Amino acid sequence: MSLVIGVCYASAVFLLLQKRLLQIILGIALLGHATNLLIFVAAGLHGNSLPIISDGMQSLPETAVDPLPQALILTAIVIGLALFGFSLALAYRCVAVLGHDDIDQIIHTDSLDVPNLMDNSNS
Amino acid sequence: MNSLLFFPLLVPLLTAALGILTRHNVNTQRKVSTLGMALYLIVAIILMQQVLELDYITVQSGGWQAPYGITLVADILAAIMILFVGLISFSVILYTLMSCKHNYFSPAFHPLVHFLLMGVSGAFLTGDIFNLYVFFEVMLMASFALLTLEGRAEQTEGAIKYVVLNLFSSAIFLGGLGLLYAKVGTLNMADISLISQQAIADNNIGPIRLAGLLFLITFSIKAGMFPFFFWLPASYHTPSVPVSALFAGLLTKVGVYSLIRLHTLIMPGEILGHELLLIMGVATMLIGVLGAASQMHIRRILSFHIISQIGYIVIGVAIKTPLALASAIYFIGHNIIAKGNLFLVGGIASNAVGSENLVKIGGMWKAWPQLGIIYLISAFSLAGIPPLSGFVAKFSMVWATVESQLWWVMVAVIVTGLFTLYSMVKIWNEVFWKDHPDSNWKFNKSKNLQRLFPVSLMALLIVLLGLGAGPLFDVCLRAGEQLIDPTAYIQAVLRT
Repeated sequence: MSLVIGVCYASAVFLLLQKRLLQIILGIALLGHATNLLIFVAAGLHGNSLPIISDGMQSLPETAVDPLPQALILTAIVIGLALFGFSLALAYRCVAVLGHDDIDQIIHTDSLDVPNLMDNSNS
Repeated sequence: MNSLLFFPLLVPLLTAALGILTRHNVNTQRKVSTLGMALYLIVAIILMQQVLELDYITVQSGGWQAPYGITLVADILAAIMILFVGLISFSVILYTLMSCKHNYFSPAFHPLVHFLLMGVSGAFLTGDIFNLYVFFEVMLMASFALLTLEGRAEQTEGAIKYVVLNLFSSAIFLGGLGLLYAKVGTLNMADISLISQQAIADNNIGPIRLAGLLFLITFSIKAGMFPFFFWLPASYHTPSVPVSALFAGLLTKVGVYSLIRLHTLIMPGEILGHELLLIMGVATMLIGVLGAASQMHIRRILSFHIISQIGYIVIGVAIKTPLALASAIYFIGHNIIAKGNLFLVGGIASNAVGSENLVKIGGMWKAWPQLGIIYLISAFSLAGIPPLSGFVAKFSMVWATVESQLWWVMVAVIVTGLFTLYSMVKIWNEVFWKDHPDSNWKFNKSKNLQRLFPVSLMALLIVLLGLGAGPLFDVCLRAGEQLIDPTAYIQAVLRT
């Protein structure tokens, strides 16, 4: 499992360093998955029964798994999905406005004459 | 009374929901938004008062006792942060009401501001580190949307840099969380603090330090610290003026706040080296101010100054004496107000003269001296001229470095102050003092008088912060002492 996580992280970083927007976004998504796996593995892959105190038992069985990492991962997956959706929308918008998806050409923010946002028309 | 802690979260959430429901009617939405913000400010004041009386307020959400449930906890630092966040947000809302064209904003603006506010207050109040991550994401999501609200070319470009770096930092944060949980088996900050203290005693800090360094990287990215600040000046000047001011006041401060918690509570003692943080702070400060000196665009200068000011605060956190922490906290408060106001004033000025490019504008002093005075108050406060609030903040910071005999840090602090003054005067010269390069330029003052109201309110606040520094600084000192010794915090959360 550690190997899988390592490969995931490596590929994610490789994708993040690419030139095209879509690859970068995929890199971020992969990074999220690698992190989720990391939480899963780091917390320990032991136990084989449900973490439920059933009738007649006083405490959790010894073999119960720790439910918390799974809850954390679930939360992280949900958040990750929303952010992935937003990034895709942003990329789409970027291509629509700029006409390319090459991040080497994203240099307009450095220009001084970014059109001034007129938040008042009567001035 | 403890349920008071839910209100800084519930008020913005409900206001945002109502704002979405009233999206078809601009006037109703604005009223709802203003009302919600005023309510938030009132809650913040009550919270401050309560915390000053009781020192700590905690509430265990869902009735699950800490460390199993999620704890909300307010100490003096959190209450101060909430109060200042309330003040700047309220002023920004007033600015959008009084200073912007009626239908300028998309109907999503007001709900998003309140969602942002909810994420920020959640980050300040939570006592659970995973919960901190969740509130970070709430805040980020709202800020992403606010940043790209108009969807123009340079906004999407700025947003790409901002989004990619922040998502990267979130992934690092989450990885650190996983590793930390694997090691300590708890997510409650007070509980983690106990375990790290134990680890220091056992001389076995390796695994905790690993997670701590990952957190340090995350919070440094969020705070815009050297060497992770590049996203900030690339994106902060692209959204509309109120959004810029709001970001300047809120987002980086959440990173710094988390850094304070990390350094004083979660990883107390020498788990993270003080020297590392100190060097990062000084580098942040100098590079930020030098970056600002080389810019010729109003909001880009101000964005670089955010970085430089973050450096000051981090130095205070790194020195970690009660005085240094107190001046860091005072600095945060002063900075939220002064910096936010400078963005708003810059917005009004650039609107009147037609550009933010310093080469192409000028003549504001003759056309509109009142605005010039308000600018001077905010800018001199930022540069640290007495008797304004920035002077108290910088003076106490210098004093803290002298107390700890960190002479090179003291020199860096003073040099940065001089350069701050230089770039503030540069804006003054170019925007206000010199004549407008276009001799046909005309400006009609009478139409724009009401736009001055929110910024003059903030300028008044800056003066008050400076004049009333004595009692305010005492409160900050109390907060600093609370932070130095987390025992009482841990007791309040775990009820041991």
